[in-house]
Amino acid sequence: MSLPEMSALFPTLQEVIFVLFALLIAVTSLIAAMAPNLFHNALGLVATLFGIAGIYFMLEAEFVGVSQILVYIGAIATLITFAIMLTRGMMFGRTSAMNRQGLAGAIISGLFFVVLLGIVFQVPWPNVVADITDGEALIANLGALFVSTYLLPFELLALLLLVALTGALLLARDR
Amino acid sequence: MVSQTWYLALAAFVFSCGLYAALTRRNAIAVLIGIELMLNAVNINLVTFWRYGSMAPMEQLSGQVFSLFVIAIAGAEAAVGLALIISVYRTRHTVNLDELDMLKG
Repeated sequence: MSLPEMSALFPTLQEVIFVLFALLIAVTSLIAAMAPNLFHNALGLVATLFGIAGIYFMLEAEFVGVSQILVYIGAIATLITFAIMLTRGMMFGRTSAMNRQGLAGAIISGLFFVVLLGIVFQVPWPNVVADITDGEALIANLGALFVSTYLLPFELLALLLLVALTGALLLARDR
Repeated sequence: MVSQTWYLALAAFVFSCGLYAALTRRNAIAVLIGIELMLNAVNINLVTFWRYGSMAPMEQLSGQVFSLFVIAIAGAEAAVGLALIISVYRTRHTVNLDELDMLKG
C-alpha cells in the first residue's frame, strides 16, 4: 500500500478538529434546547455559540467568528442571563418545562431534521475550494463592501439598532 | 478538507434543536434561546456557502456580509424580546407562554 493510500485512511487534523467542534455543538445545543433548568439552557447556549465561532474560524471567516464572540457571547448571552435572573420566580416552577405540544414538537422537529439531512446529502453541492491567500485583504474587501454595495442596508441596520435599543429601554423601564 | 455536506448537516441539527425548543418550551426565555439557535444555524449555512460556493471567495463576500447582518439583527431581536418578557413579567407575574392568552377571543 502506497503512502497516499495509507494517509487517506486516517483523518486529517482538520477533520479531527471539525468532529470535536461538531460534537461540542451537538451536545450543548441539545442541552440548550431540552434541559429543564433555564440556567442550564443559557449555559448550553453560550457553549454552542463558542463552538459555532470555532466553526467560523475553521471556515476561514475570522471576522464573523470574532463578531460572533463579541456580539453573541458578550451581549446576547449576558442579556439572556439577566432576563432569567429578573424573572427568577418562574425558574423552578411546579409545572413541567414543556407545554402540551411536547410530543408533536419532537415529531415535527425530528422529521424536519431527517428531511433536511436527506436534502443535504442528495443535492450535488458545488464544493469548490479556492484558497484564501491574504486574510487581511479579505477583511479590507469586506469593509469596502459595507460602504459601497451594502451602504443602504448598513445605514438602515444602524437605525434599526438605535430604534430597537431605545424601544427596549422604553418597554422594560419601571413605571 | 472537511466537505461542505458535513457543515450543512451540523447546521441542520442545530436548527432542529432550536425548532424543538421554540415549539415545546413553556418559558418565553427558553423559546428565545431556541430562536437564537435557529439564527446561528442559518449563519453556519451562509458562511459555508461563501467558503465552498464561489471560485473567488476573496471578492464575492455576500455570504459573510449577510451573516454579519443576521448577527446584528439578532442582537436587536434579543433586546426587544427580553424587554417585552420583562415588561410582561411586571404586569402578569409569569413568563409562561401558555398562561399569556389575554388576546384569545
